[in-house]
Amino acid sequence: MREISMERVNKTREAILETIKSPTLTHEQKVCAASGLADSLLEVLDLPEGLDELLNVPIDRKCICDLNEGHAPMRPRYIIPDYEKFMREGSEFLQLAPPTDLYEAINNLLIFYKHVPSITNFPVYLGQLDELLEPFIDTVPEEQAKKLIKMFLIHVDRTVLDSFSHADIGPKATKAGYMLLEAEKELEQAVPNLSMKYEEGLTEDEFALAAVDCALHSAKPSFANHKMFKKELTEDYVIASCYNGLRVGGGSYTLSRLILGNIAKRAENIQDFKENQLPYVMDIMARYMDERIRFEVEESGFFENNFLAKEGFIHREKFTAMFGLVGLADCVNILLEKEGKSGRFGADVHANDLGVEIMDIIDEFNKNHKNPYCEITDNHFLLHAQVGISDDIDVTPGTRIPIGEEPEELIDHLLVLSRFHKYFPSGTGDIFPIDVTVHKNPEFVLDIVKGSFVKDLRYLSFYSSDSDVVRVTGYLAKKSEIEKLLAGSAVLQDTTMLAKDAFKNAHIPDRKVR
Amino acid sequence: MQAVVNKVIPFSSVDGPGNRTAVFLQGCNINCKYCHNPETRALCIECGVCVERCPEGALERGSDGKIIFHPEKCIQCDTCIHVCPNNSSPRTAVMTPEECYKKVKKQIPFIRGLTVSGGECMLRPDFLEALFKLAKQDGLNTMIDSNGTIPFWEYPSLLEVTDGVMLDIKAFKNEDHVRVTDEKNEIVLKNAVYLAENKKLYEVRAVIVPDLYDTKSSITQMAQFLAPYLEIQEFRIKLIAYRPMGVREEYAHYQVPSQNYLEELADILKAYGFKEIIII
Repeated sequence: MREISMERVNKTREAILETIKSPTLTHEQKVCAASGLADSLLEVLDLPEGLDELLNVPIDRKCICDLNEGHAPMRPRYIIPDYEKFMREGSEFLQLAPPTDLYEAINNLLIFYKHVPSITNFPVYLGQLDELLEPFIDTVPEEQAKKLIKMFLIHVDRTVLDSFSHADIGPKATKAGYMLLEAEKELEQAVPNLSMKYEEGLTEDEFALAAVDCALHSAKPSFANHKMFKKELTEDYVIASCYNGLRVGGGSYTLSRLILGNIAKRAENIQDFKENQLPYVMDIMARYMDERIRFEVEESGFFENNFLAKEGFIHREKFTAMFGLVGLADCVNILLEKEGKSGRFGADVHANDLGVEIMDIIDEFNKNHKNPYCEITDNHFLLHAQVGISDDIDVTPGTRIPIGEEPEELIDHLLVLSRFHKYFPSGTGDIFPIDVTVHKNPEFVLDIVKGSFVKDLRYLSFYSSDSDVVRVTGYLAKKSEIEKLLAGSAVLQDTTMLAKDAFKNAHIPDRKVR
Repeated sequence: MQAVVNKVIPFSSVDGPGNRTAVFLQGCNINCKYCHNPETRALCIECGVCVERCPEGALERGSDGKIIFHPEKCIQCDTCIHVCPNNSSPRTAVMTPEECYKKVKKQIPFIRGLTVSGGECMLRPDFLEALFKLAKQDGLNTMIDSNGTIPFWEYPSLLEVTDGVMLDIKAFKNEDHVRVTDEKNEIVLKNAVYLAENKKLYEVRAVIVPDLYDTKSSITQMAQFLAPYLEIQEFRIKLIAYRPMGVREEYAHYQVPSQNYLEELADILKAYGFKEIIII
């Protein structure tokens, strides 16, 4: 381990003390923040030359961001346990036999969730809940099943204190699926995040409409293009965290992101960006990710010792990594300005064309970069349109059109997005607040989903413009909880804190209502 | 063949089932006091009042005397339609069915259908038929939104390419209908029967303005009159609360009916066997 200066140690000690004394952090939030600070003192990774000036600089210059994953990654960022196996076989380490009825099924899952590590210390994936619970639905009377499912969801919301926790339902209707939607519609909770895997012709319209109805009350589920995901990642894919497509029994070792707007600032012109600056930064980020992965696999011991791996709920070979990016819009706009050309990303065809050209370069780079531990995805990373973090300022999420610059008509908005979603098997998505009149016509939303998926869009989220639960960037938060936090009270979920800043920095309330 | 198009709304959630493109034709033959888009009522007579008043210079009089609209300069302040002495708008476009359909087709596959409204679109059955024939080539669902004063039975070939009609019954009693619209409703009611019998009645609409006519007895009589046709095919009823937005100043004083009152009316309809009643 490399030496570090006493000055840095003392600065970190101050920060830990500040965390301990914080009036607005809960106990769990303090423990998590303090451990992150302690971890920041470690220097065990063999970092690529040139990384420091791209990574450890203020947000208006930062070109690579590692999303505070820490200096010594002790577990993969996103873990996707094979819950089906757990339901089938139970767990020796957790001393749980396979469930025989709905009570045991729910109890076992709730126990398991407390033992799934992640970057947030809360599980980012809670399972394909309809399929997991359906075999047990008829073990109790219907009213009891509904009550148990409701209690299960309340338990999750109050103990899995992070709305990056994500559950899936669909593509086919099930009793459990309907009950989950009915309960979520009534509860209006931020956790879990929820996706419906949707495919026209496979998913029943009635089930999809129940999902739209639920979304207009509780901002979830979002709709995932089942046909697209299964083609890229096989039927064994899940949607986890914000909207990340990953493999069951695997996950993602790490996620770093290119801040494209700041890379554009380094360039003299479009040509310099494409030929020099972007390739330079991509190369460093890829090698940084390689090193993080190497440490996790070869040194951390996670895959040898954690019960999830030992009992086969995860397999090292099913992990990949996410090569992320933000700020394509910012990048295009900055480059056009440097060239003295007019036009804005989202509004002008030549600006959007430049966006596509840049995406093709990134895609090509990724296809040429190899990592020995990403076997499951042909030894490549998966591209990811990252949704931004709370302290991003003037950074537009992924390939989104900046809030305030959305095209007047939704059709024009969707047609722009249809050029970009295809690049991101490990996730991208767009969000639409919907006018309340649509409550009377949920088919309106479903028609848009159907058309979008024909047009290669990957993932869409809707919420009602008057809803308390809103989708912030990729995760959910309650406006009422944000207000409590603003008034100086501690709140249960860590993501409320992120939402508070994002509301301000990312102008979430100004999103164009459709 | 051409028609004056007031506007095209690419995605509409309130003009029929699912997501649809709505086309609004210019020109109407009746005078609903509560009309919320009176600027669609008359064809422009090129008087030029709006040209002078447009704060953005988006309107200009061409060398041929016609008014030219520059949409790129328009800021949607609506000054032109407010100052129009003629219940019209300079922001219209003259289109052939093919030109109009091009603006609809752009939304495929995000839409399931096309609705034409107005003004009163049945003043142009020839245009509708040509437009719907194009839409049918792409498998779109087609709907007409009409005030019912033009006899549908005279246009069987139009109905062949029309999936459904959203028909206004603005008042059931003839004298009420005259008070509301300046026109009789004999043809409206005949249309309701004709469309229901031919399975083309998708929705019946009534705007509820308690100050203007006896809405309760109107809805009751309408329910009585229409209920027998539910056996042929279900259709839905939409009760639309009067709202003063967009209404001409001299008619903007009516009371907005309460949600409770609208639900009372819905209960009357339910008692007659109507299942799908939408209140907006």
